[in-house]
Amino acid sequence: MSGVFVSVGSMMPFDRLTRAMDEWAAANPGIPVEIQIGKGEYEPRHAKWVRKLALPDYQARVAGCALFVAHCGMGSIISAIEAGKPILMLARLQAMGEHNTDHQLATAKHVGIRPGLHVAADADDLKARASALLADTGTAPAPISRFADPEFTARIRAFIES
Amino acid sequence: MAKRVLAIASGGGHFIQLMRLSPAWEGHAVSIATVGSTSRALVGDVPFFTFRDVSRADWWRIPAATLDIAAILLKVRPQVIITTGALPGLIAATLARPFGCKSLWVDSIANSEVLSGSGGQAGRVCSQVVTQWPHLAADKVEHWGSVL
Repeated sequence: MSGVFVSVGSMMPFDRLTRAMDEWAAANPGIPVEIQIGKGEYEPRHAKWVRKLALPDYQARVAGCALFVAHCGMGSIISAIEAGKPILMLARLQAMGEHNTDHQLATAKHVGIRPGLHVAADADDLKARASALLADTGTAPAPISRFADPEFTARIRAFIES
Repeated sequence: MAKRVLAIASGGGHFIQLMRLSPAWEGHAVSIATVGSTSRALVGDVPFFTFRDVSRADWWRIPAATLDIAAILLKVRPQVIITTGALPGLIAATLARPFGCKSLWVDSIANSEVLSGSGGQAGRVCSQVVTQWPHLAADKVEHWGSVL
């Protein structure tokens, strides 16, 4: 396991995150950084980057990195938890045109409190925490099953069969 | 008796949440529909379809997405639709409803303070709407559990 993998999500650009982690890569030349930049305009100059990985490749990157940095999206969070990997997040803000609503702030508040999940306040905080977490990753997210709670899926099955 | 089930979701977190619900339709004749062709690797040996994505932010793509989803519905002829959002799942439920297809809207776990925009509309179209947050349960919106 080595390096930092960064994902901004696929639906909308999130250059604030890409730029911050590219700056972090410039300040930490010994550590490999790869950023999935999605629809962003800013193209990293220091980190390796890719527009969009195939889903299995994305999951392999999350499982293989030393630190996963992402937007505060549920795909990223669930992927990190399934891989038992600490995740450092920056929430997209509606006011900055980064999403349609501020639901990522709500996700940070309600889901980001789980062990192994870390939420940065802004780009500077993100860079500082990336360095701190690489030095000491702390608690990993508790491993979970590949599937939702069996009681939940049983109710959906009952709906299908009713 | 095995039911024809269409499990449909947009990409990213919507699709990852849908996959975590897979045990719900095991043994039924399920088809999976999503946006990204590379997601096929994760669904196993079941019919797999893709459609062109749409959201409220790029509403002008609604016709293309609707056309793709209609073609999928004609092939699958689902008796039940399960969706974790977003807008394409609502389109599927709306198109299939006149043909007696029932539908379940599972609002994304990302909506922890208010139901999603499409989730709010889903109450008018879907047979059942569920939220993954107990504090968002309301009159017609039930809480059955969460993907996490």
